[in-house]
Formats: sequence, structure tokens, C-alpha cells
Amino acid sequence: MSNVTIRHVHKHYADFHAVKGISLEIKDKEFVVLVGPSGCGKTTTLRMVAGLETITEGDIMIGNKIVNELPPMDRDIAMVFQNYALYPHMTIYDNMAFGLKMRKFDKAEIAKRVNNAADILDIKEHLSRKPRMLSGGQRQRVALGRAIVRNPKVFLFDEPLSNLDAKLRVQMRVELKKLHQRLATTSIYVTHDQVEAMTLGDRVVVMKDGLIQQVGEPLELYNNPANKYVAGFIGSPAMNFAETVIEQVGNAVYATNPTMKIRVPEQIAARMGPHKGKPATLGIRPEDLHMATGADPEELSFDAVVEVAEQLGSEIILDLKAGGGAMVASVEPTVKVKPQQKIRLGINPRGLRFFDAATEAAI
Amino acid sequence: MATVVSVSDGGIIVGKPKWRPLENEGNLALLLLLPTVALLLMFIAYPFVRGILLAVTNSKVGVIGDFVGFENFARLLKDPIFHAVVYNTFLYTFVTTVFKLILGLWLALLLNRDFKFKAFTRAFILLPFIVPTVLACFAWKWMFDPTFSVINWMLFKLGIVAAGAGVNWLGDGDMAMLSIMIVNIWRGVPFFAISLMAGLQTISPDLGEAAAIDGAKPLQRFWYITWPLLMPVTMVVVLFSVIQTFSDFQIVYVMTGGGPANATHLFATYAYQLGIGTGLLSQGAAVSLAMFPLLFAIVIFQLMYIRRVETR
Amino acid sequence: MIEGAIWRRWVFFRLPMAIFLIFLLFPFYWMIITTFRPDGELYIPWYRANYKPFWTWNPTTAHLKYLFGETTFAIWMWNTTFIAVVATAISLFCGVLAGYALSRLNFRGAALLGTTIFVTYLVPQTLLFIPLSEIIRAYSLGDTPWSLILSYPTFLIPFCTWLMMGYFKSVPKELEECARIDGATRWQAMLYIIIPVAVPGILSAMIFAFTLSWNEFIYALVFLSSPEQKTVPVGVISELVRGDVFFWGPLMAGALFGSIPVAIAYSFFVEQYVSGVTGSVKG
Ligand SMILES: Nc1ncnc2c1ncn2[C@@H]1O[C@H](COP(=O)(O)OP(=O)(O)O)[C@@H](O)[C@H]1O
Ligand SMILES: [Mg+2]
Repeated sequence: MSNVTIRHVHKHYADFHAVKGISLEIKDKEFVVLVGPSGCGKTTTLRMVAGLETITEGDIMIGNKIVNELPPMDRDIAMVFQNYALYPHMTIYDNMAFGLKMRKFDKAEIAKRVNNAADILDIKEHLSRKPRMLSGGQRQRVALGRAIVRNPKVFLFDEPLSNLDAKLRVQMRVELKKLHQRLATTSIYVTHDQVEAMTLGDRVVVMKDGLIQQVGEPLELYNNPANKYVAGFIGSPAMNFAETVIEQVGNAVYATNPTMKIRVPEQIAARMGPHKGKPATLGIRPEDLHMATGADPEELSFDAVVEVAEQLGSEIILDLKAGGGAMVASVEPTVKVKPQQKIRLGINPRGLRFFDAATEAAI
Repeated sequence: MATVVSVSDGGIIVGKPKWRPLENEGNLALLLLLPTVALLLMFIAYPFVRGILLAVTNSKVGVIGDFVGFENFARLLKDPIFHAVVYNTFLYTFVTTVFKLILGLWLALLLNRDFKFKAFTRAFILLPFIVPTVLACFAWKWMFDPTFSVINWMLFKLGIVAAGAGVNWLGDGDMAMLSIMIVNIWRGVPFFAISLMAGLQTISPDLGEAAAIDGAKPLQRFWYITWPLLMPVTMVVVLFSVIQTFSDFQIVYVMTGGGPANATHLFATYAYQLGIGTGLLSQGAAVSLAMFPLLFAIVIFQLMYIRRVETR
Repeated sequence: MIEGAIWRRWVFFRLPMAIFLIFLLFPFYWMIITTFRPDGELYIPWYRANYKPFWTWNPTTAHLKYLFGETTFAIWMWNTTFIAVVATAISLFCGVLAGYALSRLNFRGAALLGTTIFVTYLVPQTLLFIPLSEIIRAYSLGDTPWSLILSYPTFLIPFCTWLMMGYFKSVPKELEECARIDGATRWQAMLYIIIPVAVPGILSAMIFAFTLSWNEFIYALVFLSSPEQKTVPVGVISELVRGDVFFWGPLMAGALFGSIPVAIAYSFFVEQYVSGVTGSVKG
């Protein structure tokens, strides 16, 4: 079994508390993505799993073994680095064979495994070249190949795609996914790109300031963000927020501010008890907004002023002034609007989210 | 894996690393540094202490001396030759460094252009710096020979000197100082040029072009852009050169032996003459140690300056 | 390139460059021409009409024959080579390991030790030659090549260490981390990955150390006494100068042939040497 367990792990650098007690259970064969802004401690966490950083506090287990004290070589893991870290003086073949040689595999077995990995990754014709003769995408494959030949318990990836151009990145993302389906090796993948996280991860871990914000399957994070931070981080374009106050009017509960008066849907209203009369942040994703028609009730729509309209073909992204700030809406490609035009936007009530203004936790 | 394993409760095992002392960074560093530290202790730290001990005794070759305190240094303070040595060394260091910097910078600017045979030229230019100084000095000594000097012949052909009245390069005190300065500059310019050229190459040409578009003349461009950006490299190069020149030995030893009439003695040559030539080990050691505080002050001053330039 | 008229190119570029080249290279020309010029032509005063400095129509090998036949020049060459090679090897060994430790390992006192080595790098040989000569005598190393082989590293190691530290710092740390994950110990990662990657840096340290030891003079002058132990610079000065009589022909031949090995070593590794010069000032 190669599950990975992280228990109450802290990392203190000399004068900096980089990881502040994170716990995470990664199941066998699972592909887990750590995502968060730069500097939030993703790499540090990954390096502690790899054994490249000491663990200040807490335990890391691979399988049922606590590995805190073990050097990287004894942890049976493989890691793919952002800059690939290919050994520049060795051929591609030797790069891939190095780990096996260090572990004293016999020549025939090494050749078999390297050739097999080269086949999978389609780099067979480059085996006798040096890394510097390869393109970025090919180097990326070699780095992957070097990881898979060893058939380790766990793969660790630290932003492996961020040095590639946009097109290659998408392509490699798909290949990584296929590779994982084929090999089914437990993987921990670090990225700051939420799209990568959503498309690759069986589960996604959102981190910020050395703490885990939420762990869940991609759709779960998208649909039920645990707090305002996750809500804003997951999804593109990002969720819109508006500061409102919760008010009870008759039977209904409303979230209001000077330019909006939105009725809170029943299921959420039921949880609004302690928030009544208090400020709360309203959240709505751009894709849950549309040009209001007569069918849209007054209490689920609001006024906005168009600033910029970006025609993307499949949709139009509207940058708006609304709700006391800036908002973004994604509307039908057939909509015709001009800058400075006043429009009315309708809300899909199932997309409405509310967050406590003080704690930012989801209501 | 070959790890020793201890079983604790709940089926969890705690991985214990094999005993590999060199996986500890401190231990590995200790091992890697051992040969270096040992050699440096034996052949730098120990001689340094021995030098100080020598300088406060009256040892001669073959005679272990008695403790005499600062007598050797007190004697130096009254020694007119030592006064000349201090003056000579500072003059020699200052003048040659200024010229090496100016000429080296000029040459670096020339080399920084694109021209045919650039790599070739650059390779040849370093020759004075790489060939054994003593051997090159003999060529200079031969060129400065009072009777057969090719330099005098050139001056003669240019009409600067008359047939019977050539320049007495190494025979006259002031001219001898000039001669050794010329040789020192000759040896040092390549080092300055190549180092400064490397510094120039790190300055983006965009800056100069931007300034040119802003209307800066070449000289202004140099003064306001190139020179300040080159300052950190310049300071380090000057630091190295000053140390080398201040402690120079070979050029004077070959060209003049400190003469005529001690006009070109430097610390090192005077220390050699006293300590090895005359056998007055203690006095020789005192002279070369006298170099230390001065060098130290120069180095500290320059390092501070470099830091200031770099943090600016 | 220089923009504008041809004359500008001459005044601002070609002429100064030519003067620099003549100034820097003329002594070498003078060495060569003197080596092959018969004594009869050498010793003509400069103001005589028949002083023809730049060429000879009667080249001779007499000076070379004297140098290699009458003096132990060949032995000096061998001594110098032997000492330079061994001292370079020792210094590279120490300097590469120390440079690795100081630039890539975290341990207490790393910064202090790095500074100390930089300071010793700045200690000139002429500061210590007198006490060192005493110590060499005390270790019974006087007048043996080992006196130099062991003392040259004192200025070569700090230099090599400094140069290698700069070079190692430019190698991404992920390389050895990846090797350690691949199953290498720290020691193996250094040996199989980082040192091979640093070969260009090692080459420039090597070529620099070699020329520095070949050119060293004061230790050799002080520590060696018998003619058959001497290095080229010391041998030439003590055997080809008799009192105030200079054998200019053989002297220049000696200077020429004593410079050739470094010039050859240098010509093979010009690029490494240049990067050594620049590396040593960048640090
Ligand atoms: N060796 C170190 N010493 C001190 N602080 C460090 C060190 N490595 C990383 N940090 C700090 O720890 C924080 C987390 O870094 P990292 O895990 O690399 O972030 P990221 O999530 O971008 O991968 C950052 O603020 C970084 O500055
Ligand atoms: Mg990172």
C-alpha cells in the first residue's frame, strides 16, 4: 500500500513559519493536487514528503511507515522538478538509468525498463542525446521517464508544466492524466494554476499561508467552496463578490446593499438565522449571470454598467461596474452591448453563495 | 529496503535510517574541508605565527634568537632605507594602479567592440599576464640594457635622444622606478582589460542605446552609464591588483635588485635582502610583517567600499 | 562597430589597438629574435649605424645549444613541470571539495570559513616566505621539490576554492536533490552529478593553478639551492647570470622556452582561462 499520511506537519525556517500544521490523507493510487498562491508552502510540503527538508513537527507516513528520519533515497519516491533537473552531462538513456544504477539493478533490467518508459513517452529516438539538444516538451518527458522507470511508491511533481508554453502545457496535462490512469501510482502534484489542479486532481487541496483551506474533489470545491478564499481561487473567471447585509423582510431573507437587493434561496436562508442584521459577502460566479429578461424576477437581478466586453466566440466576458465594485459576467455570444451601456443582469439562484463577512467561512 | 525497523503500536513502523554519517551535512562538510584546513593551518596560519615570533626575537640563520620585543620594528622606524621602502611601495602601487586602470579600461572598451580576429586578439593580449614574470622581466631588462637598448634605438630614430646620450633606464634612481612601473603596467593591463571587458559584457547595450536616444554623447554615456555600472567589477579588480603590486617582488628583484642606491626597494625585496641575503631572519620577517597592517587596512577599506557600492 | 567615417575608425580604434598590441607583445618578439640572433649582432650599441634590431639574416641555434647543452635547463623544465602538476592536482582536489562544501552544504561556521579562505586568498606569498623557509627547514623539506609542492597549495587552494564556489553556486541545487531521490548518497550525488557538471569550472581552476605554480618565483628562490633541483625561473636567473655578466642569447632562449609550456597550456584553454580571470574577480 502506498498511501501517504501527513499528520500535523509544521515547517519552521530560521525566521519563518512556512507550513503551519497541515494534515492530509492521500489514498493509494490517488492523484492529489496541492494548489495555492506562490509562497503558500506547497513546495515546502512536497519537499518534506520527499525528504529534502526536515520536518519541524508532525509525522509523514508512506504506507504504514513513518519516514520523518529517512533520507530521500530510502523513501522510494520519485520527483519531477519545475526545471526538470536533468543531468546535463549524461545522455537521456543515462539520465533515466541513473536511479536504477544507484539501486544496483542489472544491465538487462535497466535496458528493459528504460526502453519501456521511452516507448510510453515517445522519446525513443532521443535516448542517445544530451538534454540540451532537446526541446522543453521533450525534456519534460525525460523527467517523467526518469521518474517512472523506478516504479516508485509515490510520484511527486513540483509545478512540472510551468516552464512550457500554453499549448504544450495543455497537451502534457492530458498526457499526465493518461499516464496516471495507466500506471496508477499515488501522486502528489503541486501547482499554482487552478485549471491544472481541477483537470488533473482526483482530489484538490487548496492552501494559503501555510494552511489547508479545503480538501475535496474538483467539483466539490467548485460547487461548495468552504470559504471565500477557495470560492475566489477556484473557477475562471473568478467568482464575483459583493458586500451585503442580511435582512429579513416578511418570510423572505434578502442580501442588500445600495445597488442590490437579492433574495437568499430557501436552503441557504434556513442557515441565515445567526447572520441576520449582519454583513455577509455575496458570491456569484460569472457563468451564473445572464442578461435579464422579463422572466427574471426583480429580486434575482441587479443593474450594472458595461466597462469592457470581450468577445471570445463561445461566450462574451463582460467587465462591469456593479454591486458597489467590479464584477465579471459570462453571457451568450449573441448579446450586443456597448461600453458604458446600462444593463440588467439576472442571477441563477443555484449559483448564489454567502460568506460570513468576518470569518469568510461559507454560510 | 535495508532499514532497521522498530514496530510501535497500531501496525505503524518507524523508519530508522541506516547509519550513514556522511548523509549529515555537517559531517560531510567536515570531511570535505579537512585537507584544505589542514594544509592552510600548516602552511599559512603556522608560518604567520612563526613570523610574528621571529619578528620579536633577534634570530639569525642557524641561531635561535632571544626575545627582544618590538626592537626590530623600532629599528625599522629609524632605518632610512625602510623609509624609502615605504615611500617607494606606495608610489609604485599608486602610479601603476592608476595607469593599469586607465589603460586597461581603454583596452577593454576597444575589445568590447566587434572586429575581425577578436578571439585571437584577446588570447594574445593576455600573454604578458600568463608567462612567468621573471622570464618576461629578463626580456625587459635586455630591452633596457644601457648599451644595447632597443628602446633607446627607437627614441634615437625618432630623434628624441642623441647618439651618445641615451636614457639610462635602470642606472638612474628615478628612471629605474619608472622602468619597473612600466613593466608592472605591462604585466597588469591585460588582467584589467579582460576582467573589465567581462564586466562590460554584463551591461546591457540597451542602456547605452536608450541614453543615445535621449541625446547623450559617447563620453556622457560612458560617464553616466558604463562607469557606474562597471564600478563593482572595477573595485574588485583594483583590490586584487593593489595587493599584488604592494607585495610585488619579482619585477624589482630581476630588474634592479632594489637599486640603484635602494631607489627601487619594495617591502618584499628589502625583506628578502635582510632575511635571506644578509641572514638577519628576524629583521626580514619584521619588514614583511610590516606589510600586513598596511595591506589589511587597504583591503578592509576597499571591501567596505565595494559593499557600499554594491548595496547602493 | 564604429559609425561614421573611415578616419574615425582609424583614430578611435585601429591606431590605439595597434599601439596596445605592440606594447604588450613586443617583449615576446624581442625574446624570439634574440634567441636566434648570433652574438656578433646582439652586442652592437644602439647608436651604431649597423644596429638592425628587427630582423636577422644569420639565424643561429648556438644559444639553444648552449642552453640545453651547457646548463641543466632540461632538468629545470622537468622539475617545474613535475612541481606544477602535483601542486595543481593537490590544490584542485582540496579546492573542489572545499568549494563544494562551502557553496552547497549548510553547516555551522560555513560563512566564517568562507570569509577566512577569502582572506587567505588575499595573503601574498611575500608576506610569509621567511618564516615558511624556517618551517620548510624544520620539516627537512629544504632543497626538495616537496618544499614547493606542499607550499604552493597555500595560495592555490584558496584560489581554487573561491573559483569553484562561484561555479558550484551556478549549478541548480535540484540536480543533486534529484540524484538523492534517485538513490544516491550526498557523496555520490557530488561525485557523479555535481563534479562532472562542474568540469568547465575545474578546468579553468586547473589551468590557472598550473600557470600560477609554473610562474611562482620567491618560494622557489628561497627554498631551493642545488642547481639540479631548481625550477626554470630560478635556474635561469642563477645559472645564466654570472655576477653582472648576462648571457643574453641563452637567457632569452631560456625565457622563451620557459614560457612555452604555459603558453601552450593556455592556448588549449583560453576560454577557461578567461572565465577563470573573470570568475576570480566576480567570486
Ligand atoms: N530555505 C528557506 N529559508 C527561508 N524561507 C524559505 C525557504 N524556502 C522557502 N521559504 C519560504 O517559505 C514560504 C513557502 O515557500 P514554498 O513552499 O516554496 O512556496 P510555494 O507554495 O510557492 O511552493 C515562502 O514564503 C518562502 O519564502
Ligand atoms: Mg513552489
